[in-house]
Amino acid sequence: MAVVETENEAHDDHHDHGEFIAHHFDSAEQQFDSGKLGIWLFLVTEVLFFSGLFVAYTLYRVLHPEIFDQAHVFLDKYLGFANTLVLLFSSLTMAVAVRYSQLGKNGHVVWYVLGTMVCAAAFLGVKAIEYTHKWDQGIFVRSAFDYHPGHHEAPAGTLAHALGVSEYLIWLSIIPLLLVVGFAVYAAIARMIEKPNASFFSACMAIAIGGYFIGALAGHFYMEITDGGLGGRSEKAAALMAYENETHSDDEHTNKPVDHHDESAVEQQRAESEIAPYQGPQSDEFDQDVGIFFSIYYCMTGLHAIHIIAGIAFLAWILWRSILGHWRSDYFGPCDYVGLYWHLVDLIWIYLFPLLYLID
Amino acid sequence: MSHNHDSGFAHPAAPKLLIGVFVVLVLLTILTLFMSTVDMGLMGPFGFWIAMSIASFKAALVLLFFMHMYWDKPFNVLVFLSSSLFVILFIGLTLMDQSHYKKSVDEYPRQPDTPNMSP
Repeated sequence: MAVVETENEAHDDHHDHGEFIAHHFDSAEQQFDSGKLGIWLFLVTEVLFFSGLFVAYTLYRVLHPEIFDQAHVFLDKYLGFANTLVLLFSSLTMAVAVRYSQLGKNGHVVWYVLGTMVCAAAFLGVKAIEYTHKWDQGIFVRSAFDYHPGHHEAPAGTLAHALGVSEYLIWLSIIPLLLVVGFAVYAAIARMIEKPNASFFSACMAIAIGGYFIGALAGHFYMEITDGGLGGRSEKAAALMAYENETHSDDEHTNKPVDHHDESAVEQQRAESEIAPYQGPQSDEFDQDVGIFFSIYYCMTGLHAIHIIAGIAFLAWILWRSILGHWRSDYFGPCDYVGLYWHLVDLIWIYLFPLLYLID
Repeated sequence: MSHNHDSGFAHPAAPKLLIGVFVVLVLLTILTLFMSTVDMGLMGPFGFWIAMSIASFKAALVLLFFMHMYWDKPFNVLVFLSSSLFVILFIGLTLMDQSHYKKSVDEYPRQPDTPNMSP
């Protein structure tokens, strides 16, 4: 029964109905409820998707708590804290955006969605600083783990050297830079060919993705001020050495003593590692262990970052539809659904932050 | 454009409520950070569980108010919360089995003949 785009539906609303009500739904409310159930089911699959990584984390932490004690020294809890605040704030702006979409105030939705996107991009900017700082020190996943503490300057003559940042950061920043420039250029073109909506949207996108550089700059200056994050690079390495010695001399420090098959060989290797220079990732037992922590760390935060990127894409869609003025009190589903997805991404970070950054 | 509380299914949350929830979330985050900064010897092995309880409380706030679960249909709530049941089963059963994995976890990093994968 086709009830599309007519006023057949008896809602107590004075608007004409149905621009976005699909013909197989009886009413706007039925369509909304169906979509809502759909997005909740999707979020269930997301939770289960992440739970595989949480199982890996839990199992490894239960079997080897001492490795987590050693590895958390490499993570800067204040950067993680700042990112938590950024994500929480983006959740707030998203919740407010959903509220205004429910009230049909599209103009408000535009600004709050834009704010959410700027925060999302800023989160990625801080994350990029964290990642590239670790990569500079050779902190990769286990198979490539090659920790070498100290200050790492990019080779002279490169852009990275001129800017005083990591080369990895330059490479990572190319994508957001191209997007910002592309959107800004298109905003200008669209303005000239008199497509005001497209122009405004592109300008908003350029600002939103520009949030990446806000986050990256803030993270960069934090690193500069603190000399490489909490405690400074050298102190961090010293703390690490001290910790190694402590666990070495006093196994009871951890609840579960290190369980090695051949204690004497381990002792010998430990003694050597304090004197001899670093031998590569496969020769140092400590690096092998901490490398596994970082395999888990990169998988968890990396998957989360991919969700942030996907969230920015979905939010761009919401932004575009807000500019077109699609939301009304009986049609705001997509905004609500994307909001739910965005809050779930925040929810996962709420758990990741204490699990990864606040180990003590 | 006016308030449409009578339009049926939209439940716009009051901005004051949303901001209040945000403030509580921030305070709880600061509390978690503070707890990890001060000596955890006070709380001993409970520190982890306290941190997880705070995280779960924060998650509940986000779910209830930011995600509108408070106003949502009970069936949707049931659907979503069922995922936590499966997560608990997943983690719980794996942990019950941990002695079975311990050997492979212990040996994996230290196999003597692992080829050197990085130069």
